[in-house]
Amino acid sequence: MIDNELKEVHPKIIQALLDKETDLSVEDALENEMILNMGPQHPATHGVLRLVLRLDGETVVACVPELGYLHRGYEKLAENMTYYEFIPHTDRLDYISPMANNVAWVLAVEKLIGIEAPPRAQYIRMMVAELARIASHLVAIGAFAMDVGALTIFLWTLREREKILDIWDMLCGARFTNSYTRIGGVSNDIPPDALAKAKWFIDQFDDNLTECEKLINTNRIFIERVDGVGVISKEDAIEIGFTGPNLRACGVELDLRSNQPYLKYDQIDFNVVTHSEGDSMARYFVRADECRESAKIVRQVLEKMPEGNIILDQPKKVPAPKTGIYTKMEELIHDFMIVNFGINPPEGEIYNAIEGSKGELGFYLVSKGEGSPWKCKIRSPSFCNLQGLPKLVVGQMVSDVVAIIGSIDPLMGEADK
Amino acid sequence: MGLESLLKDNGFFTTTVDALAGWARKSSVWPMPMGISCCAIEMMAVGDPKYDIARFGSEVMRFTPRQCDLMIVAGTVTYKMAPVVRKIYDQMPEPKWVIAMGACTASGGIYRTYSVVQGIDQFLPVDLYLAGCPPRPDNLLNALITMQDKISRTKAADFKNAKLPELNVIQKN
Amino acid sequence: MISAELLNTKLKEQFPELDFEISEFRDELTLALPANNIVEVCKYLKTNPELEFIMCMDITAIDWSRRKDRFTVVYNIFSFKNNSRLRLKANLKNTDNKIDTVSSVWEAANWHERETFDMYGIEFNGHPDLRRMYLPEDFEYHPLQKDFPLMGIPDSIPLPKKENDR
Ligand code: SF4
Repeated sequence: MIDNELKEVHPKIIQALLDKETDLSVEDALENEMILNMGPQHPATHGVLRLVLRLDGETVVACVPELGYLHRGYEKLAENMTYYEFIPHTDRLDYISPMANNVAWVLAVEKLIGIEAPPRAQYIRMMVAELARIASHLVAIGAFAMDVGALTIFLWTLREREKILDIWDMLCGARFTNSYTRIGGVSNDIPPDALAKAKWFIDQFDDNLTECEKLINTNRIFIERVDGVGVISKEDAIEIGFTGPNLRACGVELDLRSNQPYLKYDQIDFNVVTHSEGDSMARYFVRADECRESAKIVRQVLEKMPEGNIILDQPKKVPAPKTGIYTKMEELIHDFMIVNFGINPPEGEIYNAIEGSKGELGFYLVSKGEGSPWKCKIRSPSFCNLQGLPKLVVGQMVSDVVAIIGSIDPLMGEADK
Repeated sequence: MGLESLLKDNGFFTTTVDALAGWARKSSVWPMPMGISCCAIEMMAVGDPKYDIARFGSEVMRFTPRQCDLMIVAGTVTYKMAPVVRKIYDQMPEPKWVIAMGACTASGGIYRTYSVVQGIDQFLPVDLYLAGCPPRPDNLLNALITMQDKISRTKAADFKNAKLPELNVIQKN
Repeated sequence: MISAELLNTKLKEQFPELDFEISEFRDELTLALPANNIVEVCKYLKTNPELEFIMCMDITAIDWSRRKDRFTVVYNIFSFKNNSRLRLKANLKNTDNKIDTVSSVWEAANWHERETFDMYGIEFNGHPDLRRMYLPEDFEYHPLQKDFPLMGIPDSIPLPKKENDR
């Protein structure tokens, strides 16, 4: 797990470490310092993040994160496939909340083509995106607590998460990696049992979350390990590009759902949760409170969900339902064109972002009027949040590093792309 | 387990060392969760109360390779990650087994790109490929049971050519 | 939201010589400007009290393949105050593929520029720590360039050997 064989560390990384300005008080720095390699296979790095730390005793003097152990070449892939084919790939970006990624991608493509999904589809998307947020935050809270030593809560939050996965299972047949949304709508309507299960889940969720919170909110060990650890100021957080819960924990009220409403968020009543401390504890509180807000949104969505189509009726841009394709000539032709040549959006470029569970998840698409994007850039929140990590850990103890990584909740699938 | 039924009156029964060792090994496999990406989430899910891998004696997930005998490679292995995976595999004590979980580890899965290793069997010996993207937790449990079968059939003779440094030292003395 | 006119007048006022162009597509503002002026314009956009683009969301590049000036660097910035986004685009001259770094303006630009360097091979003058972001340090190519094949160059990254195995 941890080894300090220096030859394993690339010379350029060492150089970056040594270049960091530090104000060490000891005379002979080399006598007292040590370079510690953490990861990429480490239980606390949430995947394959690797940190190279320069230590003075127990205190972190400098930290260089090393990414790319999960670089899968998404942007190159996107350039080589049609807009439809990329939907399954978005699942695996932030694999804890795949539904939200699906929604982000189709919204971006819809903006590029210039179409809008029917209202019912938008409400369904909102519901699944919020459920995804709850699922993601539950894992974040559980893993965070587990990192600082509270294992029980991890099992409890996973239990809640399993219920959401069950809803998704009924909805589209996959526990996660759903690929549920389609350009112009969603793949199928919500079956009644999934709707009932969602209602049931929301009704019991508050109590269960409170139960989980009770375990740690008053727990001395937990509080002392996270309270005041990894503090970042508002200005620094904006400067370094934090978004999502991490930014809101510093007291900045930036939530794309209310700042630049997409889908039907303007018709929903919810609060943007902020805390002002900017430490690990605040980040945890923001996530927990956001789960409640999301549950509130889902409840309203379930009440307000209109009847109607779930996918746009525009065979030129949106593949028609299979029954149409098998029985009507024109639909068959369009389907053939879409499958073979793609949807050919107009020439231009757009950037569209949603408030994902980790922060602003955006897609920048450049189209040359062809079936596949000329360029696709994924603005992944975890990547930007990770950039702030050195700021947070410098000056803290080694054991706090674990807590801080847990609190900023990076996801390497998304950070490495 | 039926062992008591074999111990008739005097408490004797005959078997081979291989069979006994295999039987003991297979029921307490300690996995090394090599969780790299999405599949790792499903690997986490088998540990949760709903699927409960403890029923099969494998809940002891150790994060240090020195204590493990089954490596579950869950997730996309990139070229940059491959040396790390291999190094961890090398650190595990013999006998050891590998489950390649998910399409990515078996063939690169949906990633036919420059950075993803198209199948971890290029640098690791794999005992079991597990289909799915991701495989459902039930599927992983099934894989574990299949693996237990294989483990119970392992013979000491299989390791004739393997390097066992500790054993050599004992024989010399 | 910041309108194109406001931006236009502001920039004309501040940089009378600047040769820029503002376009709008699907309600998104794009400002195309020469690569030499990028740092001063960025500084101005960040510090002007009416604009205040204090957040750098993203930096990337586009490879136009066969065009004469092959690369365009794209900046995506955000202003809290006006709750609006702006995209800056700077065309690079084909001769050098270099541009000045904006990491002195926004700290967040640091990693984004490293990523752009890794993926496109564009060098950022004055960048504090220009290393590869994702790929191994000894990898020679820049994968998002259009002439790099999707499956990569065989054997460009070594795999561990399979030896002593059962
Ligand atoms: S097989 Fe599928 S779920 Fe598993 S790691 Fe690969 S992409 Fe992710």
